Amino acid sequence: MSRVREKIRLSATDRATSILFYLIAVLMIVIVIYPLWFVIIASFSNPADVAQGKVWIWPKVINTNGYRELFQQSSIWRSYLNTIIYTAMATVTGLLINLPAGYALSRKDLAGRKWINWFYLIPMFINGGLIPTYFVVRGVGLYDSPWALILPFVTSTYNIIVCRTFFSSTIPESLWEAAQLDGCSTIRYFFQFVLPLSKAVVAVIALWTAVWMWNQWFNALIYLKSDELIPLQLLLRRILIQNQSLLGAATGEAANEQRQLADMMKYASIVISTAPIMCLYPFLQKYFNQGVMIGAVKE
Amino acid sequence: MNQKKTRNSVRKSLPLYALLLPSAVLLFLFSYLPLGGLVMAFQQFSPSLGLLHSPFVGGRNFVQFFHSYQFGTTIRNTLVLSFYSILVGFPLPILLALMCNQLRNGTFKKVFQVITYLPHFISTMVMCGLILIFLSPSSGLFANIWHLFGAEFPNVMAIPAAFKHVYVWTDVWQNIGWDSIIYLAALSAIDPTYYEAATMDGATIMQKIRYIDIPMILPTAMTLLIMRAGSVLSIGFEKDFLLQNVQNIMSSEIISTYVYKIGLQSMQYSLSTAIGLFNTVVNLAVLLFVNFISKKLTDTGLF
Repeated sequence: MSRVREKIRLSATDRATSILFYLIAVLMIVIVIYPLWFVIIASFSNPADVAQGKVWIWPKVINTNGYRELFQQSSIWRSYLNTIIYTAMATVTGLLINLPAGYALSRKDLAGRKWINWFYLIPMFINGGLIPTYFVVRGVGLYDSPWALILPFVTSTYNIIVCRTFFSSTIPESLWEAAQLDGCSTIRYFFQFVLPLSKAVVAVIALWTAVWMWNQWFNALIYLKSDELIPLQLLLRRILIQNQSLLGAATGEAANEQRQLADMMKYASIVISTAPIMCLYPFLQKYFNQGVMIGAVKE
Repeated sequence: MNQKKTRNSVRKSLPLYALLLPSAVLLFLFSYLPLGGLVMAFQQFSPSLGLLHSPFVGGRNFVQFFHSYQFGTTIRNTLVLSFYSILVGFPLPILLALMCNQLRNGTFKKVFQVITYLPHFISTMVMCGLILIFLSPSSGLFANIWHLFGAEFPNVMAIPAAFKHVYVWTDVWQNIGWDSIIYLAALSAIDPTYYEAATMDGATIMQKIRYIDIPMILPTAMTLLIMRAGSVLSIGFEKDFLLQNVQNIMSSEIISTYVYKIGLQSMQYSLSTAIGLFNTVVNLAVLLFVNFISKKLTDTGLF
């Protein structure tokens, strides 16, 4: 009898705990979603309404001037296109560099495996730092080339470890033995048999590299000189951080109007630069998670 | 005989070396060559003379940094941001994972996860833009909320003391969900019979968390803590640099932003490299130290 009562009492405690957890979860969803939602509605609102705190859940009046003005700027289109091109370049390069390295390191018959492992690990912990790297990049003639944003940084020991872990845990060694008996070369085996079995890790590396490239700006700041080469994030720096108006100078009443328009363009530029990844992400979440999980497995 | 065997296995590995070649070349060029460039930390480097002909000055650059009045400020700011970040940013994702693990409604849990992971993908640039817009004292979202209660919202980004809070808590907003993934994975690997046994014994949810979940994710947590500790002096450059302004510079100037300014803006290459090297060495020392401690205490370590 007392046992039964105890059980009921305990499950009541558990119910309270559970309700508390759900409440916190709902609160967190609101805290995460609302600022993002606010940016979207603010980008479609009258700037004066936003500034006076009249916009909370939905725009009072739909106003698309921010977008219209933004899309008339050729610099936006150019930097957007640059970012898309650089992202494609970086993704392909990242796959071609990191996947084969991960595979080679996963093979137990690799002569000198221990030493090669260290060769890849050391750069994770020590590096030359900003200035020496800068001089090397200039020295090999990459200054003011988009490749300066990719080649020096695309080899990622972390990504290589993720690949290595994936290959050594999912590709059975017997497959290689069988292929070898049929006279298949290592390189052909890798491209023809291993890669098709490794779509998950290919997706993980591709997505990580793409997001990294899409979001990076500092390398562009120090390695690119030509204005027509700058990526979107660097243009955003001018708009969002340095408060440079793309509209040019004006005075008096016009200046006030222009400042408000500049505010709208800030919201609009955040939306157009972040929307692609935000919209794609929920569908790709599986792969991102997988990557974190593979990376967490220690050998 | 042995030599022949080695030569044979090397010959057999040739195709594998070919697969390693591209990454090895890039690593050599852009990670190992710059390591050689660290020599300039001990030189009075001038680009026209080059690395081979610039005069050596021994530790003078380090001494100059240690004696400069920026030394104390940058170190203190870096440590404050770093420890504050660890103090808040390390336990919160664990708590979130423990909580999320208890959400029994599958659909709700999925939605919750997708949404809390979302901010992780906002670029640093946009994140800083958002921070500046929202905290704007004239038209920002926070100012509007304050106005609802009839209060004036201060210009937060101009208050040096507020910088660390802005820095750390916006980081929590952006990364708490993402950082919890790894713990959720560890939690989902726990044998369900533990919970069944605990339920039989009348354990509450809180007791299960306390006596099953926490001990089970402790090794994961320790590993991540070591990694974080290892970068204690390399707190994110980008965000700090972008949020920095003339008013808050007193508390926002950190080692990495200082290295950038000394090196690429005032062209004092040797001094900048020396500061960077100092930073790397301290990081490595802390990493090894924490790893050592952790191995002694919990038997978990990176190496």
